[in-house]
Amino acid sequence: MSRKYHVTTTVNGDEYEYLCEPQQTLLDALRDALMLTGTKEGCATGDCGACTVMVDDTMICSCLMLAVEADGKKIETIEGMAQGEELHPLQRNFLELNGSQCGICTPGILIAARALLDRNPDPTETEVRYWLAGNLCRCTGYDKIIRSVLAAGKEMRGA
Amino acid sequence: MSTILDKSGFNPDKKLKIVGSSPVKHDGIDKVTGRAKFGADLFLPGMLIGKILRSPHPHAIIRSIDTTAAESLPGVKAVVTRVDFPELPKGSVAGDMSRNAMAREKALYDGHPVAAVAATSESIAKQALKLIKVDYEALPHVIDPIDAMKPAAPILHDHIRTKGVKDAAEKKTNVVERLELKMGDVEAGFAQADVIVEHEYDTKPMHQGYIEPQGCVATCTEDGQVELWCCTQGPWVFRDRLTEILKIESSKIRVTQSELGGGFGGKTGFYAEPIAVLLARKSKRPVKIVLTRGEVFRGTGPVSGTRSRIKMGVTRDGKITAADADLVFQTGAFTGSMFFNAPQAMFTRYDLKNVKTVSYEVVSNRPKVNSFRAPCVPQVVFGVEGVVNELAQKIGMDPLDLRIKNAATEGYKTIYGETFGPIGFLETLIAAKNCDHYKSPVPKGQGRGVAAGFWFNRGGETTGTLNIATDGSVTIILGTTDVAGSRISISMMAAEELGIPVDKVRAVMADTHALGWNRITAGSRTTYSSGMVIIDSARKAITEVCRRAALIWGVPEEGVVFEDGYCRPASSNVGEFPPLSIAEIAGKTTLTLGAIAGHSEMNVTGAGPGFGVHIVDVDVDQELGRVDIKRYTVVEDAGKAIHRLQVEGQYQGGAVQGIGWALNEEYVYGEDGRLQNPSFLDYRMPVASDVPMIDTEIVEVPNPRHPYGLRGVGEVPVTPTMAAIANAIGAVIGVRPRSLPMSPPKILKLIEEARAAR
Repeated sequence: MSRKYHVTTTVNGDEYEYLCEPQQTLLDALRDALMLTGTKEGCATGDCGACTVMVDDTMICSCLMLAVEADGKKIETIEGMAQGEELHPLQRNFLELNGSQCGICTPGILIAARALLDRNPDPTETEVRYWLAGNLCRCTGYDKIIRSVLAAGKEMRGA
Repeated sequence: MSTILDKSGFNPDKKLKIVGSSPVKHDGIDKVTGRAKFGADLFLPGMLIGKILRSPHPHAIIRSIDTTAAESLPGVKAVVTRVDFPELPKGSVAGDMSRNAMAREKALYDGHPVAAVAATSESIAKQALKLIKVDYEALPHVIDPIDAMKPAAPILHDHIRTKGVKDAAEKKTNVVERLELKMGDVEAGFAQADVIVEHEYDTKPMHQGYIEPQGCVATCTEDGQVELWCCTQGPWVFRDRLTEILKIESSKIRVTQSELGGGFGGKTGFYAEPIAVLLARKSKRPVKIVLTRGEVFRGTGPVSGTRSRIKMGVTRDGKITAADADLVFQTGAFTGSMFFNAPQAMFTRYDLKNVKTVSYEVVSNRPKVNSFRAPCVPQVVFGVEGVVNELAQKIGMDPLDLRIKNAATEGYKTIYGETFGPIGFLETLIAAKNCDHYKSPVPKGQGRGVAAGFWFNRGGETTGTLNIATDGSVTIILGTTDVAGSRISISMMAAEELGIPVDKVRAVMADTHALGWNRITAGSRTTYSSGMVIIDSARKAITEVCRRAALIWGVPEEGVVFEDGYCRPASSNVGEFPPLSIAEIAGKTTLTLGAIAGHSEMNVTGAGPGFGVHIVDVDVDQELGRVDIKRYTVVEDAGKAIHRLQVEGQYQGGAVQGIGWALNEEYVYGEDGRLQNPSFLDYRMPVASDVPMIDTEIVEVPNPRHPYGLRGVGEVPVTPTMAAIANAIGAVIGVRPRSLPMSPPKILKLIEEARAAR
């Protein structure tokens, strides 16, 4: 059995500790050690975006970061997106406009879309499409995802 | 006694309050918050991780498998190989399923499972796989189906003799079946034609591409009771197949479906599930297996690749007189492609009297194919709709006008024997012709393509239950899988029947102990069939509600009527009683006869056929051969859209899957017979920046066999896509591509050939 490493990290504002093997990814740690299964594995090679999370305010594929590298870092996942009973405008618009079909890609897309709106509150359709080009969805054909993000942006701008 | 199947109660004038709107789906909140539990999301105490060893050879005899070293690795709790699977005859349905789950005599494709381990961690399981010694004797392999049909081709299975061929008895072959389907007299039909177009086409296998890899957790008690959690489109079918191949009684297997992270047909058959059950039985611990994306590509069902020759004839005034086709379907290492759908559906939508088709299903050293939206149909519609466009071009007719002139209507007898009831193909074509997209001029430099498609739509064995709680709210138990919003659509229909707000209804997907047998969720059958069963259940519950009102009022049952959620006296003769709501009646069930529920099980019939027309504008980069989709419109008959946003989502998602199939997606094999692109990096599905918004137009020609008129909508949206895009590309470069995918190198070659010919 390979040696395990002790990691201390902040996830959605709470301090967590876990033990991980050196080859394990942050995605493995989130799902298997912390049971935060909202972050999904679609490919484990950084091609589908289902495992998208924020690490120190940077958007990453958690399957491409080693679990040990998360030591001392601030991590944000889908589980921390709603504030109490208040859904994030993106979550609400995805519900109302049916931006989620089967739902497996939805957590990654929501995290990515929030990262976009945080830096560009008024993106064009093309900007949303290119920003989300790293997040595969096989159900929707993207139409309702793009519309949900644009509507959430508009709402957040108070436009 | 008449049932809902022959008396649906369809009333086109009925004012609908809920059906036709788009409420937020009840399962949505779990999906936007990360709560929804998919196949890989279950963790049980003491759970082991299972991993599968797969053949690196496309075709090899397995001489021996030595698992001794793996078994003695600390942390390994179970190892299974072919010896752990009950013997089943080669060539039987169960025998094939079992051999696909775990190789026996031979490995038949790159990625075929040969052994599996369960260990206390994933890293130990992976290490154990490396310690398993498999002695292979590599055999010559064959990948391409045309090569596989040749007399000298390597033979995959000793037992295959071509079905449908008279003198096939002695000859070993890779051709599983020859199927001839015809009507009328094609020679006479072609003799009437002024213009005949004939071409050959080929399409490549693509993958369903669901983002959720297959994941499951199995447990098994000491006395042999199995529980299986998995993402599946058919819990009952999974259970029955486990019964067949593992020889475990169905009552001792409980399959619980997780949320389904996409399936599109690809999760109608099992892969790792029987292996997980055997590992759990050996270890007596829960075992989880989640496939990697590479395993999904190498080991799970892609879609049949095809070769086809298609010929059609038309008179100068636009009447199509005959159609003739030869079709070859690649099925992978085992039969089961459902290729027979293709000859039944490929020309069906046109008012044809003279049709002949000859189809072949062929095995080769590739993973066994699995279903995908309208199994085996879009591949050949790709050719048919190209020929139809060329016929229109040659006689100088608008391509939609030619289709309008030849559209099948009510009363048409199809090649598969069904006579069409009310159908909406003509209405769909006319809607396409009148839509903004088609009426707008084609932008300069771009090309426009149109194509049409058809799918039967399905019914089948379905069960369901509707329970009224004592506060009048309602729970529904469904046996079908929610692949894209069926829980909300079915809840809406129940609410409409009961006259209550849809928010008072919640639907769940049952495990296999909770309901009777349900057919797989496939073929656009679910919202239709489960909807029928739940409407029937609601009506039974309403009858019971009325009976309770009669008891409460002390009047005869026939003295009570049910309207808009309330029981009322049928007339003033019955007596003066204030109306009673469902909630008021349900609150008194202790004083009446106990709980109120409705239950129904049926072999649902009467699914209404679906038709769609796609319109696409493309731009072609003449230097790079890259095709850009500029504008896309899907026009399709839904019969009645129960939940409009969900229906639009089906149209849009199907079209974009078709765009991927048209332009990029294919399985690429090396000379060594190994899959070269088993990743999302090298198997390129459409991303958000590849496609435009997909406009939709929902046509509603009701299916009167359904209480609200609905038709299935899931399959049709991918049937015409590749053809429409090919027609659009043809309009730009002057020659219509006849090989999928229409990737840049192929398009560039066509452009260069066209230039050289000028």
